[in-house]
Amino acid sequence: MVLVLALGDLHVPHRAADLPPKFKSMLVPGKIQHIICTGNLCIKEIHDYLKTICPDLHIARGEFDEDARYPETKILTIGQFKLGLCHGHQVIPWGDLDSLAMLQRQLDVDILVTGHTHQFTAYKHEGGVVINPGSATGAYSSINQDVNPSFVLMDIDGLRVVVYVYELIDGEVKVDKIDFKKTSTSNSAP
Amino acid sequence: MIADDDEKWLAAATSAVKQNAFYMQRAIDSNNLKDALKFSAQMLGELRTSKLSPHKYYELYIRASDELRSLEMFFRDETARGCSIAELYELVQHAGNILPRLYLLCTIGSVYIKSKDVAAKDILKDLVEMCRAVQHPLRGLFLRSYLAQVTRDKLPSIGSELEGDTETHMDALEFVLQNFTEMNKLWVRMQHQGPTREKEKREKERNELRDLVGKNLHILGQLEGVDLVVYRDTVLPRILEQVVNCKDELAQCYLMDCIIQVFPDDFHLQTLDVLLGACPQLQPSVDIKTVLSGLMERLSNYAASSVEALPNFLQVDAFSKLNHAIGKVVEAQVDLPASASVTLYLFLLKFTLHVHSDRLDYVDQGFGIKPSEHGSCVSQLSATGKLCDDKASKQIVAFLSAPLEKFNDVVTILKLTNYPRVMEYLDHDTNKAMAIIIIQSILKNNTRIATADEVDALFELIKGLIKDFDGLTDNDEIDEEDFQEEQNSVARLVHFLYNDDPEEMSKIIFRIRKHILTGGPKRLPLTIPPLVLSALKLIRRMRGGDENPFGDDTSTPQKILQLLTETVEVLSDASASELALRLYLQCAQAANDCELETVAYEFFTKAYLLYEEEISDSKAQVTALRLIIGTLQRMRVFNVENRDILTHKATGYSVKLLKKPDQCRAVYECAHLYWAEEGENLKDGERAQKIADAVQKMANASRGASSTGSVSLYVELLNKYLYFLEKGNPQVTGETIQSLAELIRSETKKAESGAGTFITSTLRYMEFQRQQEDGGMSEKYQKIKMEWFE
Repeated sequence: MVLVLALGDLHVPHRAADLPPKFKSMLVPGKIQHIICTGNLCIKEIHDYLKTICPDLHIARGEFDEDARYPETKILTIGQFKLGLCHGHQVIPWGDLDSLAMLQRQLDVDILVTGHTHQFTAYKHEGGVVINPGSATGAYSSINQDVNPSFVLMDIDGLRVVVYVYELIDGEVKVDKIDFKKTSTSNSAP
Repeated sequence: MIADDDEKWLAAATSAVKQNAFYMQRAIDSNNLKDALKFSAQMLGELRTSKLSPHKYYELYIRASDELRSLEMFFRDETARGCSIAELYELVQHAGNILPRLYLLCTIGSVYIKSKDVAAKDILKDLVEMCRAVQHPLRGLFLRSYLAQVTRDKLPSIGSELEGDTETHMDALEFVLQNFTEMNKLWVRMQHQGPTREKEKREKERNELRDLVGKNLHILGQLEGVDLVVYRDTVLPRILEQVVNCKDELAQCYLMDCIIQVFPDDFHLQTLDVLLGACPQLQPSVDIKTVLSGLMERLSNYAASSVEALPNFLQVDAFSKLNHAIGKVVEAQVDLPASASVTLYLFLLKFTLHVHSDRLDYVDQGFGIKPSEHGSCVSQLSATGKLCDDKASKQIVAFLSAPLEKFNDVVTILKLTNYPRVMEYLDHDTNKAMAIIIIQSILKNNTRIATADEVDALFELIKGLIKDFDGLTDNDEIDEEDFQEEQNSVARLVHFLYNDDPEEMSKIIFRIRKHILTGGPKRLPLTIPPLVLSALKLIRRMRGGDENPFGDDTSTPQKILQLLTETVEVLSDASASELALRLYLQCAQAANDCELETVAYEFFTKAYLLYEEEISDSKAQVTALRLIIGTLQRMRVFNVENRDILTHKATGYSVKLLKKPDQCRAVYECAHLYWAEEGENLKDGERAQKIADAVQKMANASRGASSTGSVSLYVELLNKYLYFLEKGNPQVTGETIQSLAELIRSETKKAESGAGTFITSTLRYMEFQRQQEDGGMSEKYQKIKMEWFE
């Protein structure tokens, strides 16, 4: 059982002062094996904070990120899964799932994690799964009118990944989960 | 040497005491009064020595006084056997030397009191007067100490069996007071014995003896009948009289503290005038702040532990008295360093926060100036100007932080009119540190600053962070990282400046802007973005609300967007062009949502201008252009003409990008500008396809340079064709796709393309779509002949 935290679009300090306290108390160091961040942190303090939760931190560059050295895309393998990471402002039209599917084909990954829309989605298509963890701080978005703070925790176990999404709605943390399985030989979902 | 001698003498004296005690005991056992007296006198004679240090003398004294206990019991037994006390009293006075005589007198005297044959008061008076005969400080102190000790259980104190009427109480009181006074005089006199160079040594020795004097106050505290009235009218004035008149620093310090610790808090509260009145009369070298802080701390604890007492504080006007007293002390002691006087006011502030936390006016007073009364923190500082004293600065920070910690609510602090004045006196760095403390309090406690006026007040407090100090730029001094963290704190702060009412929120936005714009080019890139985003949030809320006419001209989305134009402009002057471009695009989207076409167009114009003139780095151009295209793609507010102009320009930029692959990608993304899901008039299939063709041509042209790159591009383009095919662009036919696919195939045959996996996954996708059960999709795909790939 490998726990992967996926989050992004925090936009600290431009659009939010910090993560919601209820999220911060859930993100305890030592429990998570990998962090995948879709970008737009935007400042070093957030980078350092994430590093304290888990040293294996992967970040893709968002258009407001202070650090210009983050890559545009990143590919990593966790267990039986290949994961791709990209902020998402590079894929036009923004939030268009077919265009994201194309990126997924190009990167050749089972799970594509992307952000920019500040809207949680978990979409299964021919090429695999596209996950958008939303904005961890519920930051303002010109694309999405109604943003709630959210992040995703993936539990990767063999050929199965359970995606838990945590959303802060009206002051309460709501959890939902989605199951995905991949067949052993190819990348496609059943 | 001296220490050894000391030991030797003590040893000698002790053994003499032991020896005489032994004989004395033998005499007692055989009821031999005469011998008992003889040997006890001899024993006590050892206490006549001048050779011992106070510490050693004490040891000897303990020995001797211990032995006297059995003598005392013997006396009691004798009187029980019928011996007349008066006679005994007479007898002991035959002892040769005065010191032993007096010890014996005290011993018998205490028995006398118990017998009640004579009025206690006469004996007590007698004894306390007779002890005057011993003027040697050390010996006199111990003698009187013995007197106090031996009479203690004969006085009507709380919990003893001896009752008495008021008169008895007063007599006892008088006795103890007198003994105390005499003891203090002796104690003070010790200071002046011996050469000046041994001053420190004497002070140390005196310190060892101080409890002997203090004991009397404890006894006073225990006496029956010392109620508030008696304390106020007799006890306190007498003690203070001695304390002030002795003019001795050591004694004053110790005794003031003793008074405060021994007597009950409600006594202190009711006699505050008197107690405080003594303070300025003390020696200048006395550490007044310790005394006053001890008092204030006790009173604070008193208030904390008994709520019923709180009204008394107000009734006696404790605060004003303390404030006044501190003022007098500071005035009287001109050499008092700034840090010391600040400490005093700090203690007063803590007192106020404990006792009168609901009285903001008291707290403010502590900070401010009252023209008619003496001193308060600010008037103290203005005499010294800006502080360069580290210690004082630290105290001021503690001073300013105390109400923050107590109230945990910066909004309350903003009501203290004198608070900012005190901050003025801190040097630049400390001022900034304090500003950060204030901001952190807001962040930690989630405090909301909800009105424009509060915003003004807050920015006044943190102005050290907001702008350069007095027109000087300290660019060289400051550490880059620290500066960023500072400004990021200010940025975070913006999110707490908020009001639900759009009109008030508008005002807040305008005010924040006013303050931030004084920040200068280094600060603006860090502080303007949160302001802009906060304003955009407001605009969104305004849209969501009713269409009511807003009372104020400033509170329409249009006005706010106008403000934002002017604000972001400042950024582009500050060479933060990329950031400015992104903010213009954000504003454009907001304008789009408000259906303000002209405004949106203007934002795009500005963004384009920045792109053309300021953004020269090729990587930056690629990203900026993507953002432009992505934003433009979502715009719905433009009429055909405007949209055309903007799209055309965007396409033009795409073609001029530095690297071929970037060009191709940007151009095919422009295809989306001609095709948007909602709105039929936005689906210009022809134009979209024309773009795609252009891309192919460009890709062809780049083939010569590097075929690996171009195959990847072809596959991307193929995927784009599939996208438009699926969306129903009639220009995209099976043939178009086939021919491109052929091209890819032939290219991959020539050389390793590196796009292998992409091709595979694309093909797999195409096959998958073909197999779809719903006719529409599969139909489209079946138009493509797919035999050409194994």
